[in-house]
Amino acid sequence: MMDFGFRISPSSAVNMDDVDFELFERLCEIEPDARKCMACGSCSATCPASAFSGMSLRKVLHCLQRGKEKEAVRMLRNCMLCGKCTMVCPRGINTRHLILSICKIYKED
Amino acid sequence: MRERFLSGYNDFVLPFMIGMVFILSYCLVGMIRIILQLPKDDRKKFFLSLVTPSIILKNIKDIFLDCLIHVKLWKRNKLLGYMHSSIAFGWFMLIVIGHIEVFLYTPNRAKLFYYPIFFRYFVAETEHTMKGAFFFFLMDFFLLVVLSGIVLAMIKRLRSRFFGMRRTTNPSFLDLVGLYSLWAIFPLRLLAEGFTADISGGSFLTKSLNWVFHSFLGDHVNMLPTWWAYSCALGVFFIVLPFTRYMHIPTEILLIPLRNVGLTIRNARKGFAKAQVYSCPNCGLCIDACPMGVLKANIRDTTVYLNRQIRRNNEARIEEISDKCLLCGKCSVVCQVGIHGDQLRIAQRSIRKYNISPDYSNIDEKVLLNGCNKFVKQPNSNVLLSDSEKVMYFAGCMTALTPSIRKSLLSLLDKAGVDYEMMDRDGGLCCGRPMWMAGRFDQARQMVEKNSAIIRDSGANVLLLSCPICYKIFKERYHLEGIEVIHHTEYLERLVRQGRLDVMKSGTSFVYHDPCELGRGCGVYEQPRSVISGLGKLVEARSSGPESICCGGSLGSLTLGFDKRKMMTENALENLTAENPDVIVTACPLCLNTFDRYADRPVKDIAEVLDNQTTKK
Repeated sequence: MMDFGFRISPSSAVNMDDVDFELFERLCEIEPDARKCMACGSCSATCPASAFSGMSLRKVLHCLQRGKEKEAVRMLRNCMLCGKCTMVCPRGINTRHLILSICKIYKED
Repeated sequence: MRERFLSGYNDFVLPFMIGMVFILSYCLVGMIRIILQLPKDDRKKFFLSLVTPSIILKNIKDIFLDCLIHVKLWKRNKLLGYMHSSIAFGWFMLIVIGHIEVFLYTPNRAKLFYYPIFFRYFVAETEHTMKGAFFFFLMDFFLLVVLSGIVLAMIKRLRSRFFGMRRTTNPSFLDLVGLYSLWAIFPLRLLAEGFTADISGGSFLTKSLNWVFHSFLGDHVNMLPTWWAYSCALGVFFIVLPFTRYMHIPTEILLIPLRNVGLTIRNARKGFAKAQVYSCPNCGLCIDACPMGVLKANIRDTTVYLNRQIRRNNEARIEEISDKCLLCGKCSVVCQVGIHGDQLRIAQRSIRKYNISPDYSNIDEKVLLNGCNKFVKQPNSNVLLSDSEKVMYFAGCMTALTPSIRKSLLSLLDKAGVDYEMMDRDGGLCCGRPMWMAGRFDQARQMVEKNSAIIRDSGANVLLLSCPICYKIFKERYHLEGIEVIHHTEYLERLVRQGRLDVMKSGTSFVYHDPCELGRGCGVYEQPRSVISGLGKLVEARSSGPESICCGGSLGSLTLGFDKRKMMTENALENLTAENPDVIVTACPLCLNTFDRYADRPVKDIAEVLDNQTTKK
């Protein structure tokens, strides 16, 4: 990355070589659907928890794929498991079970 | 009657005695363990109930009617009812009359445990058998009743369709051992008593058998082996009983008093849950009832198999079975013993360990309240304007995805001139029921508290819901004193009844689908039907009311994907359209959404059809 010696905003670049994907691989083993997401954002648009914590399943998956687990967990902490995302998902992903599996595999810190 | 042996003992009673002592001590220990596993307050309630006359009477009545006569089964299926009650009641009467005989004729032997069972071997008939003839007749009669039940049981094992059951349970190996020994007991008893009938006396069955035997086996040497065989069959049955489905016989006697106290499952494996699991007779009625059964692979995920896996502590299968279920509750309705398959599964889900626990303390209910407190005089004060009806409408998450319901319901409220306010016009909290069904009670309780605070502070006195999923948890877990919780089917029926809506009848035919959470969950069946019959012709589905078939879209299932649910939805639709109605009416946004995907005719919510045929007063 280009280094000018100063920055306007903190960098959001992720070095994928440094990310440990072990947990994500484990998630994909239980939930093959995690790779099915095409990031359309239907889940985020309907989510009642997004108003309170910015919860968005699309972003959660996005973060997990890039090793930004902390951010994903912060969003997940307001999920109410209401199931609206399951109903609108055009890919037919069982989002509720996906969320529960994330809650099992990843850790809060 | 005269005794044949001074000692009153023969070695052949040993297998029976060993089995009997084993099963009695096993049941006693099991009973004490279950009672000790109950939470303290439940245990106290249970002990109190054992000295409350009204509950004692109810317990005795229920045990007699459920365990011996099988009244519920009779109502459901006469042949199955006869089969079970003939074996249970017949055997019970054989034991009772056997004891009466001992008390009458050989009272000095009454303290011997085995004497009533093998009475005919130990006595010889004397002149005065007038009374004996009466009892002998009864004994033979009830033996015949039991034998007829056994014959039916054999037919059922070969051809369950004959009994109106499409599928029945696959017995485990030990179940089969128990089953065959149970089948063997009564024919062997007939043989043994038949051989002895010329000495001890008998009636139409045993006496006639004795004459037949004498024509070609005229020797008393054959007597002892048959008594040995009879005793061995009893002994084997009692020894395998704790490890087979027949454990339901003693456990149900404990389950009935526990149930009559009104206990609920508080621990997934212990106490009341354990009593339920062991009470399962593996009859398999839940297999045909389960809406998942349309996919053959799911048959092994029905409640009867859940009970079996819990008894085996097979954790992987327990998790699979309890996560797959739609929680429609139909197995609980058809269950003759009163096992709540849905509650049992939610309890299994509640012991899962999660690393991330959602927490809603950051959500400010004051902000949510500000959007909906028009009934309160000053913001955030509890002074009400007047005591007239103030309706707070909580649409819920699912209704937010089916805006047609919300629109129609609001239009109806306007037409009827109801003073109302919407609680989640711009989105609100979830009711907590989906989280509760996932077994995460602490999170669900947080939502319950937040929502309760909003509703209490809003100044409303009626809470109107259009989603049965919300309705169920609002009725069960919310404590909203002074606020009436009502589902829109009930409320619309009230508006129509009070003449606040002008309804026009049309020639359309409707079929009403009972949503699981509204019908089986909350017992609302009549009100929606009464509203619909005012709109047009109401036809019934093939199975409806408490036995309606889940649409397949339920939030209860955690693991079933869309592709797996399709067949269930199609099966439910086929059931609904048996009478070829023009419109399918339901009262649940989730059912509406699910059916609409595959139905060949319009699917509407009850509010929509009513709104279409209502004019402003």
